[in-house]
Amino acid sequence: MLLVLCPNCGPRNSTDLRYGGESHARPDPNTASPAEWRAYLYLRDNPAGWLRENWYCASGCRRWFSIERNTATNEFRDPPLPGDKRGGAA
Amino acid sequence: MAGLAGRLRKRPPKYSAAALAWKGLRGQSWPRVWRDCDLQRSYDAVVIGGGVHGLATAYYLARNHGMTNVAVLDKAYLGSGGSGRNTAIVRSNYLTPEGVAFYDRSVHLYEQMAVELNINVMFSQRGHLTLAHSDASLRTMHWRAEVNKLGGVNSSVIGPDEIKKECPSLDTSDHPRYPIHGALYHPPGGVVRHDAVVWGYARAADHMGVEMHQKTEVTDILCEGGDGPDGKGAGGRVTGVRTNRGDISSPIVINCTAGWASLISTMAGVRLPITTHPLQAAVTEPVKMFLPTVVVSGSLHVYVSQTDRGELVFGASVDPYANYSVRGSLEFTEGLAGHVLELMPGVSRMRILRQWSGLCDMTPDYSPVMGFTPVDGFLVDVGWGTYGFKAAPVSGEQMAEAAATGRTPKLIEAFALSRFDNGELVGEKGAASVGH
Repeated sequence: MLLVLCPNCGPRNSTDLRYGGESHARPDPNTASPAEWRAYLYLRDNPAGWLRENWYCASGCRRWFSIERNTATNEFRDPPLPGDKRGGAA
Repeated sequence: MAGLAGRLRKRPPKYSAAALAWKGLRGQSWPRVWRDCDLQRSYDAVVIGGGVHGLATAYYLARNHGMTNVAVLDKAYLGSGGSGRNTAIVRSNYLTPEGVAFYDRSVHLYEQMAVELNINVMFSQRGHLTLAHSDASLRTMHWRAEVNKLGGVNSSVIGPDEIKKECPSLDTSDHPRYPIHGALYHPPGGVVRHDAVVWGYARAADHMGVEMHQKTEVTDILCEGGDGPDGKGAGGRVTGVRTNRGDISSPIVINCTAGWASLISTMAGVRLPITTHPLQAAVTEPVKMFLPTVVVSGSLHVYVSQTDRGELVFGASVDPYANYSVRGSLEFTEGLAGHVLELMPGVSRMRILRQWSGLCDMTPDYSPVMGFTPVDGFLVDVGWGTYGFKAAPVSGEQMAEAAATGRTPKLIEAFALSRFDNGELVGEKGAASVGH
């Protein structure tokens, strides 16, 4: 079980949250090329190491936030502060 | 470098009951099954990953296309990844016509495998039940059954009474929280001894001159002419691989890894639509045979079969977050056991002996990524999610054809990496063994 550090609710069991995958900036729909959309929609870095990712605090504050996690060791770092608007957009 | 004649070995004695008796009575030991070779500086093709997919690819390169100057590289030992961690289930009752044709070919190759590779792979086509606990999943079962029948695959929807007849230990009453409404019954489905498949392909490939290098980790892929740094990336071509034992030049490099597919492909400047999740499985103590079929429940996230030794093997769905660590978690095993008990209350006193996990490369549409990439000479056979083992023979056959001829075979056209450019996804989530 992972303990995920929610900026509003503090450490919560990962079963209280929903995983939102890698955090990438959304391209501008007015200017993005099809290749950029494809990369945004489907392609992933999937590193074995530090990764900025999104979580949704489904059973707590019901906010999206982004945090860095090491996918090999499951350590967390750089949690956002409450009110931080980074969630989902990196 | 040794010539072709030097690479072909005298065929060692075949495995048979007579050979077993003869060697047993004379107290002889069996010879090593495959060679340890010195790493050459150059090969006609390099396969990264010594699991069932990589070994099958190398075997078919040699058998069907005469390419024997091939090296299979693995950073650990053969079959150390998903090949030895899967739950050994083989079936072809998929949801899309492309998937059904592909996996049906795989089941046929598994049926011939014991004779072709001269090894007992213990393929037991004991039947495969996919349970439906809701009207919605029963509808998907009917859909799958019709697609299967069109593809010539034996598959049909049966009701609780017939389920009880096939598998008496299942609770088909209306007492459980999620009662069983029906099931997709697939008689050709079953289980195979997965280690024997690894050893069989390795032995057969070795006989034909393919070299297998264990503890040989690929640290970089060498490219030229691409649009990225060091000549990597789209438009370039592959020239070889860098390993912890030195550089190897090769015009063809095939990525047959699972779990590390993204990391290997990134070395060639190719990004993949893959996230890596561990899948946890467990095995109980052995008891007498009581479970005649493979039982899968998508709604309860569990699949279970009984081995020939009598142990129950359970698999679950993948962990909900991307992860490269294969540590298990108690709550997952506990949940898994609870789901099995809901299906079969009679096994409540059985104890779990072992738990393990393996890495699954999940794609957005639950279909693999196979064939050519924007880097010339760099092929991928990746994204095998939770269904890689059952596809190993056909993947090897088709990837070998792609690598040797330079053209994508018809059977795997639908699984090309370019499908994500064209929006032609092959949605198999409804037929993935458990809802993820």
